[in-house]
Amino acid sequence: MTELSAVAHRAVEAATAAGAGDAEAYVSRESGREVRVHGGEVESLTAAVQTGVGIRAWRGRRVGYAYGTDLTEAGVAAIADRAAEAAAVADEDEFAAPPRPAEIESLPGLGDPSIAEWEASRLAELALTVERTALASDSRLVGVETAVYADAAEQVAIASSTGIAGEYETSTCYAYLQALAEGEGARETGLGFGLARGPRGLDPEAIGAEGARRALDMIGAGKPESRSCPVVLDATVAAGFVGLLGGGLSAKAVQRGRSPLAGRLEEEVASAAFALHDDGREPDGPASAPFDGEGVSRRRTALIERGRLRSYLYDTYAANREGGSSTGSAARGSYRSLPSVSTSNLVVAPGSHSFEELLAQAGEGVFVDDVAGLHSGVNPVTGVFSVGASGRMIRGGQLAEPVREFTIAGELVAMLGAVSAAGADTRWVPFGGSVSTPPLLIAELAISGS
Amino acid sequence: MTPPLLDGEVAARVLSRALANGGRFAEVFAERRHGQVLAIDEGRIESVQSGAEQGAGVRVVDGATTYFAHVDGLDPAELERAAGEAAAALKGDRREPQPLRGRDATPLPIERRPEAVPAAQKAEMLRELDERARAKGGEIAQFTASYAEARREVAIANSDGLLTGDDRTRVRIGAQAVARGEGSVETGSETLGAHRGYELLEGDPAGIAEQAAVKALTLLDAVPAPSGSMPVVVGGGFGGVLFHEMTGHGLEADHIQKGASVYVGKLGERVAEPLLNAYDDGRLPGEWGSDAIDDEGQLTQKTLVIEDGRVASYLYDRLTAEREGVASTGNGRRESFRHLPIPRMTNTYIAPGEASPEEMIAEVERGFYAVSFGGGQVDPATGDFVFGVNEGYLIEGGKVTSPCRGATLIGNCLDALAAIDAVGDDFFMKTGMCGKGGQKVPVGTGQGHVRLRALTVGGTEQ
Repeated sequence: MTELSAVAHRAVEAATAAGAGDAEAYVSRESGREVRVHGGEVESLTAAVQTGVGIRAWRGRRVGYAYGTDLTEAGVAAIADRAAEAAAVADEDEFAAPPRPAEIESLPGLGDPSIAEWEASRLAELALTVERTALASDSRLVGVETAVYADAAEQVAIASSTGIAGEYETSTCYAYLQALAEGEGARETGLGFGLARGPRGLDPEAIGAEGARRALDMIGAGKPESRSCPVVLDATVAAGFVGLLGGGLSAKAVQRGRSPLAGRLEEEVASAAFALHDDGREPDGPASAPFDGEGVSRRRTALIERGRLRSYLYDTYAANREGGSSTGSAARGSYRSLPSVSTSNLVVAPGSHSFEELLAQAGEGVFVDDVAGLHSGVNPVTGVFSVGASGRMIRGGQLAEPVREFTIAGELVAMLGAVSAAGADTRWVPFGGSVSTPPLLIAELAISGS
Repeated sequence: MTPPLLDGEVAARVLSRALANGGRFAEVFAERRHGQVLAIDEGRIESVQSGAEQGAGVRVVDGATTYFAHVDGLDPAELERAAGEAAAALKGDRREPQPLRGRDATPLPIERRPEAVPAAQKAEMLRELDERARAKGGEIAQFTASYAEARREVAIANSDGLLTGDDRTRVRIGAQAVARGEGSVETGSETLGAHRGYELLEGDPAGIAEQAAVKALTLLDAVPAPSGSMPVVVGGGFGGVLFHEMTGHGLEADHIQKGASVYVGKLGERVAEPLLNAYDDGRLPGEWGSDAIDDEGQLTQKTLVIEDGRVASYLYDRLTAEREGVASTGNGRRESFRHLPIPRMTNTYIAPGEASPEEMIAEVERGFYAVSFGGGQVDPATGDFVFGVNEGYLIEGGKVTSPCRGATLIGNCLDALAAIDAVGDDFFMKTGMCGKGGQKVPVGTGQGHVRLRALTVGGTEQ
């Protein structure tokens, strides 16, 4: 047994000794590094380790939770006490019951040894290459606000009084930059990013070039006229909307009437061009793991097929409410949070169209390369949204002049119904969830500009 | 008795170790955090959570580079190990830190320690919120509310000889209602928070539940938001997030020094009508964004950032101030010991003006009234911003008429700031959580009603 598993088992015993009928402990240790560079120099270099335990305690049908960083025997006992105490305050809930153990298939290959092998100086060189590539691309590319490399290697162990026991290791890393271009009297920014399991999987030149391309593309941008028209969403933008849709696929949101997809099971909610599944075991998925935040095996769940809503996502509690079974969708941000229903890796099925074909199909419209305000401009309960956007006009089926300072507005489910084609090239996007998606063509969206 | 966070002798050893390979500045930031969260959903108290963490971060600055390491726990040997790790990449000669001289900072007063209030009493308070919201009408289909308390004790020692600390307690409650009418579903939310103890909730905390419910119910009659450019009146309090986003972030010195702000070179320049005055003030008693010291040990202060329409100051932490040879404005803040301090706002607000909100609205023939926002976002480099409106109305013939759903305000900072043509006399503050560089910190925003001559409203009605 590893040290982390030993802590988890000790925590479970301490919680039951403190009066909990059942208990579960989730222990994680994360070590990470971050390098930020600016102007050809290292701005900051961070090395960090954090370890903690979260204990969920059941007293009958009441649940309490406590977490902490003190993993000494006395420290764990104190956390266990607080978890058992917290359970006494919660109200009874007939569906609150601990998960039962089941077979967990292992999932090797989630860690990349290059994380441990690369020294800080080599990581700094990677981030500097990102910056250098962007700066060398064009004389109008006047700066890079920051170029960043960051990684995290995590070990997780879980144990419960019902017999759940498991552990795994995983690693992820990413690099990004915010490039600054100047022209026609204005400053423009462009984001470039890449992610992998280890630094050897990153392509710093491609990341730098992407940020530069986005910033340069925006030079001379004006405001488009308000209209309704076809819109092509870049994969990074489509991922943002799909991530929000993922929130509405949580059975918790659905059961509580807080999802635009509530009551729509087996109904047509999207066009035939849009298919979506959740896969917590996808080899390239940043969120992949053998089991979820409460020790239930991760799996693949079809969500939308041929436009039809096939399933919601469940943790043990949400499944208990419907007499069904968990889809392995209990997620935790860290040991600090109670498990709660969430997507793992959301995957939008690729279509057969090249990006150029999507533009040609759009004819006259707008290509949205970036959106702002997704966290404030979308109502997760109703799906009504209005967000800031920037991108390029599409004229005669081709990219034309850049546009900014406009909004795209509509309703999430209606937008799914209006997806008229999906691109063939997919990309993993880590913002607001973990989503793999191609660019999408939306037949019509409201644009508000001048 | 809990042991002191950072013993002077331990701090001296850690700093000495941090400068073992050179560097012009070293600092240790130790922290102990406690928190408790309760939530009510579907009428049931369903999650009661508590947390306790402690740890420290050590940084060493050499040239333009900061080396940083952090550890969980406050074991002296671990702190020294972190110092060694931060220093590992340096190759210079040992430097000796200055002897530590303690400096007292007076933490903000807390009348009633929230840890001493039984959890059952907090649960009762949440039940009252639930009842009061549901009493507003049968259309209230869902209601959730949460209570959160957090205490952060911090101690800071640095190689200049500073040894200081702070003890911060914040309490906040939030309420969200979902109303269901014929063919429509709407939401409303409200929060109440302060850098205070449980005394914050001694008045009528359940009032926010009623306000959230009324917002959701009002929206049941909403029409789709208009789109296009028009005069916009922004409500008081959280309306100040507009200034926070479109000016505050652009005045943070790190953005300025990297050329990534539209306010570069604007110090002393006119950017708004002379009626506009604005401050960042980390010392406002009891406010959400206040602390006795910032996270580098600098006493917090009141900084005039816009004076009669001209840019009066940027916001600095230690390193950005050093670079320009000015004093820190006490804006070096960090989310926790696991983060490096960066220039951040505290409580940022537009000072009260002389206009009456009623007159400001009466003068608008056709426009939009944004009472409160769900949040906002800005790219300081381009100045482009967006705000999601969660309570907004049409203004027609000088009167507030139909509520609107789904509106976003969008614009560019300098244009929008210059478009402010009236500031109301009905000032108040609200609470927010501000994200920057992956770190979230509590900030206050405030203003009276503010009117902009023209701003783009992004709705769905052409």
